[in-house]
Amino acid sequence: MAACVAVIAKENYPLFIKTIPTDNELKFFYTVHTSLDVVEEKISSVGKNANDLRELYLGLLYPTEDYKVYGYVTNTKVKFVIVVDSTNASLRDNEIRTMFKKLHNAYVDMLCNPFYKPGENITSRGFENVVLAMLQQD
Amino acid sequence: MSWASELPGELVCRPLGLVALTGLDTTYNAVHKAIWDSFFNNRRNDRVPLQFKVCTADHEYPKCKQKRTSYEWYIPKGILKTHWLQKHLQEIPSVVVVFFDLDWDEPLWKERQMECSTRVEIVRNSLQGRGTKIAVVLIQKNAPLPPGEDLMAAERAVSLCSACEISAKSLYVLPHTDHLIGYTVRLENAFYEQAQAYYHQEARKVKSHKDFLNKTTHQLLFVRHQFKSAFFNELKQDSHTAIKHYKQAYGYMLDLRMHDTNMLEVKTVAGFINYKICRLSFQHNAPLDAIAQFRKHIDFFKSKTGIPELSFEHSAWMSKQFQVFGDLFDEAIKLGLTAIQTQHPGFYYQQAANHAIFRKQLCQGLCMQPQEMKSPDEIADYLGPTDFYGQRKWRQGHQSIEPPDLQKEREGILSLQTKERQVDHSWLIIPLLSSAVAQFRKYKSPRMKRFLMVQMGEEYYHAKDYVKALILLNKVTWDYRGERWWSLLTSILETSLKCAYLTAKVQEYVSNSMELIGRYAQCNHDAKVRVQMNLIRVMTNDVPEPEPGLDQACVEKAAGLWAAARNQQNSFTIDMHGLLPFIETKACFVSEVVSADHEITVEVCLRVGCPFPVRLSKLMVLFTNQKYNPHCLLIDRRGISASSESEVDSGDLYLKPEEARVFSFSFLPLTEDVGKQIEISSLALEMGSEAGCCAVLRWTGGGGDNLLQPLGPARPVIKPTTPGVPVDWNAFVVNPVIRVNPRKAHVEVKSSHEPPCLLNEIYLVSVLVDNKEDSDIKDVRVSLGLQASEENQDDSTQVCSSVSEFEEDKTSNTCQLEIGVLRKGESAKKEFYIKCLHAGNRTFISTVNYKVDVMVDKQGICCDCQAEEQISLTTVRPFDVSIKLESLKYETIEAVHADDPFLLTTDIRCSSPWSIDIKDSSVNLSEFIHTACDPHESQIAGVRLHKSDCGAESVCLVASSCVQPSVSLGTYTLEWRRLSSGSKELPYVQSRFPLPTVNIEHIPITVHVAVPAFGRVKTLLPLCYVVKNRTPYVQEIQISMESTDSFMFSGNKQSQLRVLPGQEYKLHYNFFPLVAGQVTLPRLHLDMMRYPGTMDDIINKMLPTHIFIRPIGKTPPGST
Repeated sequence: MAACVAVIAKENYPLFIKTIPTDNELKFFYTVHTSLDVVEEKISSVGKNANDLRELYLGLLYPTEDYKVYGYVTNTKVKFVIVVDSTNASLRDNEIRTMFKKLHNAYVDMLCNPFYKPGENITSRGFENVVLAMLQQD
Repeated sequence: MSWASELPGELVCRPLGLVALTGLDTTYNAVHKAIWDSFFNNRRNDRVPLQFKVCTADHEYPKCKQKRTSYEWYIPKGILKTHWLQKHLQEIPSVVVVFFDLDWDEPLWKERQMECSTRVEIVRNSLQGRGTKIAVVLIQKNAPLPPGEDLMAAERAVSLCSACEISAKSLYVLPHTDHLIGYTVRLENAFYEQAQAYYHQEARKVKSHKDFLNKTTHQLLFVRHQFKSAFFNELKQDSHTAIKHYKQAYGYMLDLRMHDTNMLEVKTVAGFINYKICRLSFQHNAPLDAIAQFRKHIDFFKSKTGIPELSFEHSAWMSKQFQVFGDLFDEAIKLGLTAIQTQHPGFYYQQAANHAIFRKQLCQGLCMQPQEMKSPDEIADYLGPTDFYGQRKWRQGHQSIEPPDLQKEREGILSLQTKERQVDHSWLIIPLLSSAVAQFRKYKSPRMKRFLMVQMGEEYYHAKDYVKALILLNKVTWDYRGERWWSLLTSILETSLKCAYLTAKVQEYVSNSMELIGRYAQCNHDAKVRVQMNLIRVMTNDVPEPEPGLDQACVEKAAGLWAAARNQQNSFTIDMHGLLPFIETKACFVSEVVSADHEITVEVCLRVGCPFPVRLSKLMVLFTNQKYNPHCLLIDRRGISASSESEVDSGDLYLKPEEARVFSFSFLPLTEDVGKQIEISSLALEMGSEAGCCAVLRWTGGGGDNLLQPLGPARPVIKPTTPGVPVDWNAFVVNPVIRVNPRKAHVEVKSSHEPPCLLNEIYLVSVLVDNKEDSDIKDVRVSLGLQASEENQDDSTQVCSSVSEFEEDKTSNTCQLEIGVLRKGESAKKEFYIKCLHAGNRTFISTVNYKVDVMVDKQGICCDCQAEEQISLTTVRPFDVSIKLESLKYETIEAVHADDPFLLTTDIRCSSPWSIDIKDSSVNLSEFIHTACDPHESQIAGVRLHKSDCGAESVCLVASSCVQPSVSLGTYTLEWRRLSSGSKELPYVQSRFPLPTVNIEHIPITVHVAVPAFGRVKTLLPLCYVVKNRTPYVQEIQISMESTDSFMFSGNKQSQLRVLPGQEYKLHYNFFPLVAGQVTLPRLHLDMMRYPGTMDDIINKMLPTHIFIRPIGKTPPGST
């Protein structure tokens, strides 16, 4: 389904990245990292009016030739990025939205763990399973 | 292979209609040359879009092919001929202009006309079968007459037209006069119209073929004809029709049967048409159309790879498509289009680069087999110009699915592969990446830019330009470090390390290794071990092992470089700011402040994250004040690879992985730093030996994770480490600053005074200094001063050490006194005097400074000490003075009458808690005021006022008449001092009070009556009213005396009188009191002719109203 799922901290360092098994993991890392440019731009353009309720889902960040990159930013500026194969036509905006919702819920569950310090790399098995399910489906 | 995907110049240029100019001798004829120049030069955008070409009169134009009447048996050999565009751009003119020198009044008209028509005929013959327009321009010496006037001209023009067989519209006259350029522009416009007509007609001609075509055999022709129509329309400058035809051509293109043999041709032409569509769309300001078209184009052809052996060709084509579109997009932006962050040329350049990279990989896979390489001659047989765009040279015109000759096909593929092998792909990729970098920088995508720079660096690495690769990669590592993407950072560092190895750059090699063996690097343990071993080799001046996966030839070259580097001394400093090395440092002053007579302790905590223990050679702590540097130096001379067991006299800088060690230094602060801060400017560690390779690692400030500083606002408490207990790295606090406070003073400062201070008085404060030190103190100085603060900025406070200084007017608000040496246990007393000129609260500080010698660690140091005491002082007014003006009847008055006496009364009310001794008082009068009789003599001198007592004094004054309406009376001065036990020696001080300002009124007359102290009932009381005229004019006055029941009187009851200037008039009345007691006198009413109705009240105030009348005295009985 998804090719890569990433959780990025407020300060833009990765908390969690999982890709489908591939030789070129780095390529996905770079894709996720570069997509932060667009995420930042989108957040900053909304941030001007404090009263605006920003939608968490940012939509398609930018299309590359082979992959589509979608973004989602929580209210605490934790970013979720999902990379999807461009050829996968079954994934429409709504499906992506649902995936992000699921991811967000899993993240919140993980965060509720009192032994997790916000800002640390995510090692929760429960969270990982949710992500793996997203990568494997279909 | 790039030849097939290149866009030909004739496709890329802007199509301009071609006009041939004949009959111009530009070499020998100056007039012709000028005409040609006016056409050819200076073709700016405002000129019509035409291209001019000079031809000889008998120039051979390309022959027109016989047009087929039927396409029935015709099978096209290809889509687009390579020569066609060139032919219509450069060879076949739309208009041929025949220039001819001929005036209307030519004497040999017939002959010249004949000559002209012959020339036209030659041109016409050579254009047989083409629709090219012919125009004749007569170059004339004379300016033409207005139309209709020159009958001969009209007649001859008609005859010339018929001789040349041209219409009258195609005949032009070009007078060779001053306004050549104006005529040229008009001619041009006429030619432009004709050219447009020509191209329109050509386009229609192409279109007319359509009816003959059928869908099965003539698929290629559908494309070709649409393309031609479009191009003619472009030449006609009708870009909207052109784009319509191009789009149709593209549509037919996609319908073509595609197979391996014609794939290149289809892609090539599709690329051309796509280029034209995108370009025109941008030109029509429809960028979205262009982007959509390009997307469609790419999506369609993305998967059309063609034969696998030549798949690199497809990548090259894809790369070119993206690059060309990127260029078009960029061009459009330069002309005013705005792009956004997610849609700009950068993405296209990036894709172009990606395809180029892919092409390189394919080439390495396909073309690098150790097969025989084709020689250049053989390649020329298979590659080269073809008749149709995108066809193979070895089977031109071949349109069926199967290649005609398999052997030839193989040879051709091999030639192509050989050719591809010779391409230096990196130099194709790098410019693309660098274009993309420029774009992403412009559209605020720093991370993408960095990623592309990494790719560029890697490409330089592949291109074996290691120095450039290293520079590029070093530029971006900082950002990846800052964003903590360790896996990306590690991969970049690995490449950098390889580059550094291959170029034998010791410093870069060392710094990269240091990061790679650190805790944040994501490489595996074995890699770390290997890197650390190499690092140790370098530091011991040995040659490192090569990195894995390097080209053998390069490794050998690098080994030579390393050997050379070994021989020279290598000492360098690496700035650790922004790096994440394997070794981490933290430095800490164990306290925030230190007293000048105490030792400062610095602790430095070191920890290494590499797999093996490491030994450093030197630890240095550097301070802002460099004099402390020698105190904090630790040297280990055992060498980097020595283990910890060996027993040496020097320090021990052996660090085990993940085991934090603390090194402690202490020293005494210097006198010059007392009251200041000592700061750690940097920490430095030295690895290796100075004899061989020596790296100085330098951290600015107190070290610590400069990138990963905890963000908490709370400052953790500094705890000194206890020896023997393992150090917790995370709990170790970085504290690079310490404050040196002066030594605490052991003297007692006591001040004694009697508050509150009275305003203006000289106030005594005595300060007692008592030495409680264990030794003598020297250079003792006592000072008293106003506390420096915002509200104490004014000059209303004076402090002196002696009373006399107040008279010298050089007072300030601080005063210092020297005591000198004060022996142990002794005390000294100093007196200060304060004068406050404003009431209010003040804070004074009495300070004692001295020097004392103390012993710290058997070391005598001289410390400056300071003791302070604060004195709060309230200043109050000693007394309130109220000043009143009164008339002689003791009535308060507002204004005084000139030359009339009045009273000045001062009430002094003592408000000070201390009694006040008044020595004297004086009135200082202004020039218009003087005392009524004697000079003023103080009535309160020597009076002593206790709290709430009042003292009053009254002075009779007269205001002389003056012009000023209001006059300040002057000042009132009191000379006084407080009366207290310690005030005997204090001098008296003067306080001045301003007297009020009064209005002086001028009254024209005065009336005066001398009234005795009392009268008696039924006894005559004679009164004389004296009326005095003060004016220099005669005054007429009407007087009437009011009668009362208390008096009878005789005299004028009512009279009118005249008083001369400055004279008096006496009115005599005899009153006869009738009742006893305080009796109202009859009122005298007075009216003046000059001031009617105003004087009565004023006069009444001057006169007494009552008189006391005694009853008739009882005569003692028997006296009558």
